[in-house]
Amino acid sequence: MSIDAAVRRLIFLKFIQTYEFVLLDYKKMNRSVPQIGEILRAKNKTNICLGVALTVIVNAMPSHAQEAGDAANGEAVFKKCKACHQVGPEARNRVGPQLNEILGRSAGSLDGFKYSKSMIDAGADGLVWDEATLDAFLQKPKSVVPKTKMSFAGLRKQSDRDDMIAYLKTFSDSEAAKATSSAPDMSEIDPEILAIEGDAEFGAYLSTECTTCHQLDGSNTGIPTITHWPIEDFVIAMHAYKNKTRAHPVMQMTAARLSNEEIAALAAYFKDVN
Amino acid sequence: MKLNRRTFMGTVAATTSALAAPMVMAAGHGRPKVVVVGGGAGGATAARYLAKDSKGEIDVTLIEPTRAYYTCFFSNLYIGGFRDINSIGHTYGTLASIGINVVHDWAVGVDRDAKTVSLAGGGTVPYDKLVLSPGIDFVEGAVEGWDLSAQNAMPHAYKAGSQSELLRAQIMAMPQGGTFAMVAPPNPYRCPPGPYERVSMVAHLLRETNPTAKIIVADPKEKFSKMGLFQEGWANNYEGMIDWIGSDFGGGNVSVDPGAMTVSIDGEVTKVDACNVIPAMKAGRIAHLAGVTDGNWAPVNAADMSTKADENIYVLGDSSQQGDMPKSGFSANSQAKVCANAIRGALTGSRVFPARFSNTCWSLIDTDNGVKVGATYEATDEKIAKVDGFISATGESAELRKATYEESVGWYDGITADMFG
Repeated sequence: MSIDAAVRRLIFLKFIQTYEFVLLDYKKMNRSVPQIGEILRAKNKTNICLGVALTVIVNAMPSHAQEAGDAANGEAVFKKCKACHQVGPEARNRVGPQLNEILGRSAGSLDGFKYSKSMIDAGADGLVWDEATLDAFLQKPKSVVPKTKMSFAGLRKQSDRDDMIAYLKTFSDSEAAKATSSAPDMSEIDPEILAIEGDAEFGAYLSTECTTCHQLDGSNTGIPTITHWPIEDFVIAMHAYKNKTRAHPVMQMTAARLSNEEIAALAAYFKDVN
Repeated sequence: MKLNRRTFMGTVAATTSALAAPMVMAAGHGRPKVVVVGGGAGGATAARYLAKDSKGEIDVTLIEPTRAYYTCFFSNLYIGGFRDINSIGHTYGTLASIGINVVHDWAVGVDRDAKTVSLAGGGTVPYDKLVLSPGIDFVEGAVEGWDLSAQNAMPHAYKAGSQSELLRAQIMAMPQGGTFAMVAPPNPYRCPPGPYERVSMVAHLLRETNPTAKIIVADPKEKFSKMGLFQEGWANNYEGMIDWIGSDFGGGNVSVDPGAMTVSIDGEVTKVDACNVIPAMKAGRIAHLAGVTDGNWAPVNAADMSTKADENIYVLGDSSQQGDMPKSGFSANSQAKVCANAIRGALTGSRVFPARFSNTCWSLIDTDNGVKVGATYEATDEKIAKVDGFISATGESAELRKATYEESVGWYDGITADMFG
């Protein structure tokens, strides 16, 4: 069993590493591109991965080597992630899991974070985050983990992904964890607003306006999940829509008429729903 | 009934115990009863929230004739080839499993004094509160030459399911270079962007299978929902294929001949190969039978969707005349939750919160080219009144249009989970 898992993991890695320039070849040839996600979703993962991986390894020219990224630049790129993820000494799970020691971590394995079933299954199937798997995931998250809760389209530029991984690496060696924290900026929110205790029963009623689109069981099939968020993150996000500093016309309109108490009520309800 | 001493004493005892029971419990029959007629976006949602939130305190019956319900929303995507018909079909098993008594029958009468609903299959169902959410029926004689007996030759496809399948099959069977006609409905009608999303989907299908075919739309209106967005999309994606004839050019002066397959628009007769007639609409029949309509629709109070005619009867969705909200599945779902909260409060004493409504309508123009319009609403003494709104812009990036489409797919999963569990 463990040998089988090890073989599958090895094949998976080779597959991910070679996928990208195979993709370029396919594009050059103007042929339909095989999707990583489709292959991973296939029932008989081992055999299909074996077959495809061997095929691509044979066909592919080993020309692309992973570039070493620039961690300082990666810190800037990481701003796109900070609404949901923390990394550094004070990092905690927020909307997304904290990212210390992410390199080498098995997917969906952090205690205390409610992952999508899809992510947990990927971990159980042997997905471990390393440079190659993170690179593929950051390029197009849903192609690697189809129903991940992460609502992020992906980083298109290879250099951005390299830099981001280099930045995350600096937090993946416990000795080297730096004294910089990436806690979200809360200075724009009045502490009194954050301190409002939400009326969860009122929130349950108000939530019915949300559940026409957002699924209560946390599924994300095109509309992000809003369950089990830390209260502060929920409140900050809703106020950002209300103040129109966060883009999305439906959410801006919905948040526009929510009072501070109503936002607190929704945050309280959704945090512990089910 | 002739009273003897024993039955008289029994009546007194029953009356006394009823007075002693909580006021909200209806006398004589245990748990308060809510009957919901119609299992679509309004009715299924209302039944589900009443059953779920009352935790068994309310006896909920849902009367819906079909065993598999096909949503009207996204049925255009089926016609265009973007969805499988099964992907828009839903059954009522989950609602039954949370304690709702699901009855597959037609409601054919309401006795407002006895507070009972009679069923086509025989028998009556008593209620304390009655929710009617029967969708739409068509106004007789609205399109000259067309009635329900012609719905096979010229489908309306405005109640989804077999009609949608029929229309798609007829479009697929058109000869190369043939003509598809649509007779669009006058206001107000179900799903304002619906006919125009359908035109887009038909054009998409024809572009793939029959690129020299033509589409004629006869419209009794001068303008329509998302008009700028659709016209931009038609010009960019289906150039020269679609001829929209508004009321200014006689689009309202229409008659059809289903036997000869001809459409006459402002006196000009055209032979067509497929024809979609969407007649003028009115509230579903049971709303008229219950006597809660005034003209074509049922006027309701904005705070709780109760009818102006009877405080124990509520009307949701397309059948209601409520004010500013469009007749959409999203609107019906939104109204159902306000209504369920109010009914539960009235019957069990639970907290009742102020009404708030919202709506968003997504439409697909072409592959990965979605647009949307939406608004928020509040209850005033007169009506449901619009608070704020937005609409997609012309000239948006392909990336944004794709994101909007993907969002609509997520919304479909969200609202159907909210309706059917």
